[in-house]
Amino acid sequence: MILVYIEQDRGKVNEASFEALTLARQLAEMSNAPLHASAIGSASDALVARLGAFGVNTLHLAQHAQLNEYAPAAYAQSIVEILNAHKPDAAFAAGAERGNEIMAHVAAKTNLPMAANCVQAQTGEDYVVTRLRWGGSLLEEAKLKGATKLLTVAPNSIPAQAAAHAQTVAVDAFTPQLSENDLRARVVARVETASGKISLGEARVVVGGGRGVGSAEGFKILEELADLLGGAVGGSRVVTGLGWRPHADQIGQTGNRIQPELYISCGVSGAIQHMVGAKGAKHILAINTDPDASIMFKADYAVIGDLHQVVPAICAEIRKRRG
Amino acid sequence: MNILVCIKRVPLTGGKISLTTDAQAIDTRLMGFTISPHEECAVEEAVRLVEKHGGAATVLTLGPVDAAEQLRDAMAIGIERAIHLESDGREFDPVATANAIVEAIRADGATFDLLLFGNEAADTGDFQVGVRVAYALGLPCMTGIKEISVNGNQVTAKREIPGGWEIFDAPLPAVITVKEGINLPRYPSLPGRLKAKKKPLATTQPAWQDGGLQKIKLLNPPEEAHQVEILGKGPEAAPRVVDLLAELGLL
Repeated sequence: MILVYIEQDRGKVNEASFEALTLARQLAEMSNAPLHASAIGSASDALVARLGAFGVNTLHLAQHAQLNEYAPAAYAQSIVEILNAHKPDAAFAAGAERGNEIMAHVAAKTNLPMAANCVQAQTGEDYVVTRLRWGGSLLEEAKLKGATKLLTVAPNSIPAQAAAHAQTVAVDAFTPQLSENDLRARVVARVETASGKISLGEARVVVGGGRGVGSAEGFKILEELADLLGGAVGGSRVVTGLGWRPHADQIGQTGNRIQPELYISCGVSGAIQHMVGAKGAKHILAINTDPDASIMFKADYAVIGDLHQVVPAICAEIRKRRG
Repeated sequence: MNILVCIKRVPLTGGKISLTTDAQAIDTRLMGFTISPHEECAVEEAVRLVEKHGGAATVLTLGPVDAAEQLRDAMAIGIERAIHLESDGREFDPVATANAIVEAIRADGATFDLLLFGNEAADTGDFQVGVRVAYALGLPCMTGIKEISVNGNQVTAKREIPGGWEIFDAPLPAVITVKEGINLPRYPSLPGRLKAKKKPLATTQPAWQDGGLQKIKLLNPPEEAHQVEILGKGPEAAPRVVDLLAELGLL
């Protein structure tokens, strides 16, 4: 059996779980193993039907009053109980923040090895996995051992795809035995931050600045261009490290991942740390004085020149055309 | 309070990653090195917590001989002492890394109220060493944290989620893995660097072990054929840029 943890938070399913499910099913089909899913709390009829469409024949549903709010160790314990009872060949989760966290807890509880952010896997006594390093700038091929192989699947690496033949899902609800230790670290409150601004992750146009912007004030012209286009402003790690922009504006491996129609990068050298965050952009326009900068090997369009002159000229041209 | 912060030495990669001919490592001959970004913030957080609550902080790394440089960097901004688990250059996998750290903590004998890690190392991105150490020591663990406040024997930690924050609570001692953005790390001062040279640094050589995730080789992701279209030079290129915006339906 191959098990996939389906991540949901207050009824909202993380779509990356279905990407993990797609890779898990490929492996299950190769080794002729049944595909099971696990989830915490309740499962809507729509979710159960969708799991069936993805080839799942059993859903293990952990239910416990203490699981209503997120506690990583308690969530992991629910999966460990399925591991103990059903001894799956492998257990998968999305390589999302929670997926990686819960699987790390499962790994620590069971003392099994774990491979995070895999993009490929081959079954066998040991699995051979391909996984992301450096946020995806580099790949590692590795051998993964263990009675149950523990893997998370890197989001956006495998398109979610339903099975050729849908299954009828049997729902197996159970109450996990949680210890006090499982509940020591848990979510006690949530705070929502309502900002009227369009977020970097959602913006259709992102204007990003690097060292070439020169100062915090230098970002004013980038703000102006972003405002004209209804976009958002971000910066490289250099820029947030210098305090020119808050860390929340960082685009990169340790910041935001953007996926705009167009990313206008201004005075950004194009270090791999930054480009990992900009990988999701459909088009990249680089404005840079250096025609040999790394960004030129990633950009689709470029203007060679000083952003302090080019960006205001673009703003003026937009205003002129709009009359 | 007594804090342990665990860090990793990683190369400063720049614009392109080249591999060694045997594909076992990054060719670092022309690269500088640094503390992995999340851990750099963990070091700063340890120093700030000690400034606020008193006590002392210790920094630990598992890495090659040259990783002593990163331990000195951490001591230059206010960490009191360092533990170097010197590797023979071979990579320790997450299980082996956690085992070596746990063994070193036990051998050291100090009791730590808080153990700080980075959420994941910039290079290997395993997302699990801190969690494994927490379980081996029987401690609660919170990951991906961007704000920490200590109140007596309790710690409150905030994790950023889309559109807001999750607030975690746990008793001390605890393990917390942090993310960049929790603070803006200070630069070491010259007097700080001089002081760091005299601070105690203990070195041991843990035995390499196979923890069950064995690297076969590294590879560069397939590169897509790529051509950049130069729209022009300087401000004269503005009309062509705006043509492009119109083409993409962004005007």
